[in-house]
Amino acid sequence: MSTFLGSFTFMRDQLSLLLDKTGQHIWMCAVVVAVSLVVAVPLGLWLGHLHKGEFLTSAISNIGRALPNLAVIAIGLGIFGLTFTNIAIALLITAIPPILSQAYLAVDQVDPDLVRSARGMGLTPAQVLFKVELPLALPLLFSGVRIAVVYVISSATLATVAGGGGLGDIVLGQATYGLEGVIAAALWVAVLALAADGALALLQRVLVPKGLRAAR
Amino acid sequence: MTQVRPETPAAAQDIVFDHVVKTYPNATVPAVDDLSLTVPAGEICVLLGPSGSGKTTALMMVNRLAEITGGDIRIGGRSIRDLDPIRLRRSIGYVIQQTGLFPHLSIAENVATVPKVLGWGKKRIKERVGQLLELVGLPVDEYGRRYPSQLSGGQRQRVGIARALAADPPVMLMDEPFGALDPITREHVQDEFLALHERIRKTVIFVSHDIDEAVKMGDRIAIFREGGKLAQYDTPRTLLKEPADEFVARFVGADRGLKRLTLTRLADLAGSGELSPARPDDRSLPVLPADASLRAALSLMVAEGTEGVLVTAAEGAPDADGAARADGTPAGGTGAGGRVLGVASLDAVRKAGTA
Repeated sequence: MSTFLGSFTFMRDQLSLLLDKTGQHIWMCAVVVAVSLVVAVPLGLWLGHLHKGEFLTSAISNIGRALPNLAVIAIGLGIFGLTFTNIAIALLITAIPPILSQAYLAVDQVDPDLVRSARGMGLTPAQVLFKVELPLALPLLFSGVRIAVVYVISSATLATVAGGGGLGDIVLGQATYGLEGVIAAALWVAVLALAADGALALLQRVLVPKGLRAAR
Repeated sequence: MTQVRPETPAAAQDIVFDHVVKTYPNATVPAVDDLSLTVPAGEICVLLGPSGSGKTTALMMVNRLAEITGGDIRIGGRSIRDLDPIRLRRSIGYVIQQTGLFPHLSIAENVATVPKVLGWGKKRIKERVGQLLELVGLPVDEYGRRYPSQLSGGQRQRVGIARALAADPPVMLMDEPFGALDPITREHVQDEFLALHERIRKTVIFVSHDIDEAVKMGDRIAIFREGGKLAQYDTPRTLLKEPADEFVARFVGADRGLKRLTLTRLADLAGSGELSPARPDDRSLPVLPADASLRAALSLMVAEGTEGVLVTAAEGAPDADGAARADGTPAGGTGAGGRVLGVASLDAVRKAGTA
């Protein structure tokens, strides 16, 4: 118990260190999430639009879920050495699968009658995707992104084993910072993940079309 | 297709199926087999048949959601093959079951879909949307901002029709549009659509699997059998009187005689002088307004055990379907206050039914 309370003392005493590491952590996660979004969202939406690639997206999603981050980093050490690339790849393998599979599913499961109706009215394939399928896919797409963001923020603590910095330096640095420091940083990571999820939930409320909310 | 200004409604155009064949890839038998028929401009043609008879495929070939594999379809003399599919579809109204309204768009935005992709100006779109929602009885001020989920099934259907009419297409395709509605709402929407059609006179192809709906809605009915073959193409009256073969006879049902009676109103008997003058003791007969069908009259005679009904002048505008209303109304309940036109006897009804 005293160790737990001690973690708050640590937070107070080492605030500048924590903020510094948090900054690194957020930066790292932001880069990874941004790259994942750019790769996985368009690909998932397009495959969903074509209703092709269910096998591909679910396989990628399963592999991503089954593969431990630490193992990826360990393998990467041999290939890339102690570099950010190594960590980034491990984190991308965490982030891309949920976004890709949810983006795919989100478009794939849009009511086929709505799509037929849209095509029958003379919308071009791009108009069908952007005016009909994408708005209807947003809730599910957002759930994928939120899962990915929480995964990445928690997994990014492992970056420290490859010299990546971030809050992991403290979480996995008991020798230097003591158990109080470990707990303090771990709590920090958890709060960060929840805060990011909350922010995305807010964004989702703003972006998801009103008519879909009325339907709930 | 040139854009047609809403102020000058587009003239309806005829639709010609010319030996149309559709064989889906990997299928051994065609879904539609050598279909030839002409839908005259401004008429409603119902494609009727069991599931798997190719009626929906036949419909989807008109706006090229399904590509024809043989023969040709011409709208107003122009082959659909010569038109870009996207532009073709924008010139054809399309309504499907459950309406296909977009749940994420408001009612006004739904109706504005085609005008928007056609690139109309904001003001013109707004005017047109207001005009159309007014036409289907859902004033834009009250309903325009609502979402489909906030409307009843019947209202959504009306929005679907308004949306299909947005760019004033000369032709409308309707794929079991009222299939998901409960029977009472369905009656209503059917009546509304018929009344609307009186005013706008589009050429309509309407898919249904319900013979009663087909008889009610269709100027002509095309009955399909399994294998996508046309079994008969005729007016409802002829179809019910002279089914081309066993299949059609079975499909239209053993009560086709009764169904024919729905096609004639008591007013028609009055018009051809087949009502007998009312005598004082006819006062005790059950009463029906002139806009009720002969079927309603016969039903009432059977229910009341009489040999005739007293016919009164219909109040106000003729009802599109007096039969449904009269069927459920006790004798003397409707039109009792109207001017008496005469007595429709059992014999007169029977004779008119076989004519």
